[in-house]
Amino acid sequence: MKDSPNDLYQKLLKGDRRAAARLITLVENADPSARQALKMLHRHSGGGHIVGMTGSPGSGKSTLTCRLARHYRDEDRSVGIICVDPSSPFTGGALLGDRVRMQELSGDPEVFIRSMGSRGALGGLSVATNDVINILDAFGKDVIIVETVGAGQVEIEVVKYTHTCIVVTMPGGGDEIQAIKAGILEIGDIFVVNKSDRDGAPRAVADLEMMLETKPGTSEEAWKPPVITTMALAGEGIDELAAAISAHRGFLVESGLLEEKTVQRMRAELLEILNLKVSRAAENALEEEGVGAELVRRMADREIDPHSAADEVVEYLLKRAGR
Amino acid sequence: MRGAMDKKIRVFLAKPGLDGHDRGVLIVGQALRDAGMEVIYSGLKQTPENLVEAALQEDVGILGLSILSGAHMALIPRIMELLRESDAGDVTVIAGGVIPNDDAEVLVAEHGVARVFGPGTDTREIVAFIREREERR
Repeated sequence: MKDSPNDLYQKLLKGDRRAAARLITLVENADPSARQALKMLHRHSGGGHIVGMTGSPGSGKSTLTCRLARHYRDEDRSVGIICVDPSSPFTGGALLGDRVRMQELSGDPEVFIRSMGSRGALGGLSVATNDVINILDAFGKDVIIVETVGAGQVEIEVVKYTHTCIVVTMPGGGDEIQAIKAGILEIGDIFVVNKSDRDGAPRAVADLEMMLETKPGTSEEAWKPPVITTMALAGEGIDELAAAISAHRGFLVESGLLEEKTVQRMRAELLEILNLKVSRAAENALEEEGVGAELVRRMADREIDPHSAADEVVEYLLKRAGR
Repeated sequence: MRGAMDKKIRVFLAKPGLDGHDRGVLIVGQALRDAGMEVIYSGLKQTPENLVEAALQEDVGILGLSILSGAHMALIPRIMELLRESDAGDVTVIAGGVIPNDDAEVLVAEHGVARVFGPGTDTREIVAFIREREERR
């Protein structure tokens, strides 16, 4: 019944959706057997355009994602969608409802939608999401859309290194900039004011444009993020959004930034994995009798300060690694 | 060890057919979430084809069907057939809503539904049933 990593890899390359789904589950579960398949898949990835979709809750990300995917399907391009939603830090459970807004896509086997709980406590979300992006990329999806609420560092990390990052907001009585969390304005390649039939839409667009205009460090030849108005529910503005995404892609290719972005993405991915590995090693060391446990006791007795204790753990880990 | 495997029970709750009532399925969804499971909800009015495709993509161990329209004897056997055709007969299917006992017996005995939970079921019973099924898998 259970496929080996090699079976999953072979089947996935042949377009088997179940193999892709199974491999994603292994990645989400941090199952070591996923590693072998990921290793073989890596050289098959890199062809898809990765789009990040972020913004405040209720701004219409899922509906926009759905409409955008429909647009690509009309152009006969295949689409992968990853919807990341928070897991409860208390129970670890999650209610993932993004599919509710994407009903018109269901049943199309060329659209692969996967709902992910953030499973917060382990801190491996960025690593897992990158792995899932790579799986869908190797699976041959032309466009991969990663959707996540723009709150919290990890969620921002997830969309930061996509090829094109879309930040979604909606008219909200002057709060639309407030709704864009600090650190998100900087990473948006395209801004969308959704629900543009609501009062205050022109004002929201003007405010955003002014903020972007005065953004520090903007040079002549840099990409100027456009602000696009949409009514996702009615399907309005979707063509414009898709055109902006391909314009951005064109800019990246012509300016040579696509390669640079890919390198940045690889670097970030590597760093995330290293962070995870090192922090796990450190945590395990803290539980070892005579190493971390002893240090923690000495800290409690005020014999050693936290920074010196950390240095000792680092030295211990380095010495052990050098063996 | 922290950072080791983090396996979660994944459940797809779906509303097949023409049925606009989702209070019950959402209550079940919340109970499963609070029991630490990852619950994916389909939204209303799914065709058997669509919801089976979604269940495959989401790679769930449990598929929960909520039907209050009376069309369960048409919809559920079709869903079971589609699952078998997709080589996904190992997915545990449970059902709930308004399903008479006689029909429930047929669905379990002849079509491979694991269990039908009638109105008034304690959500803890559903949680316990799912956990037990997933442990055996």
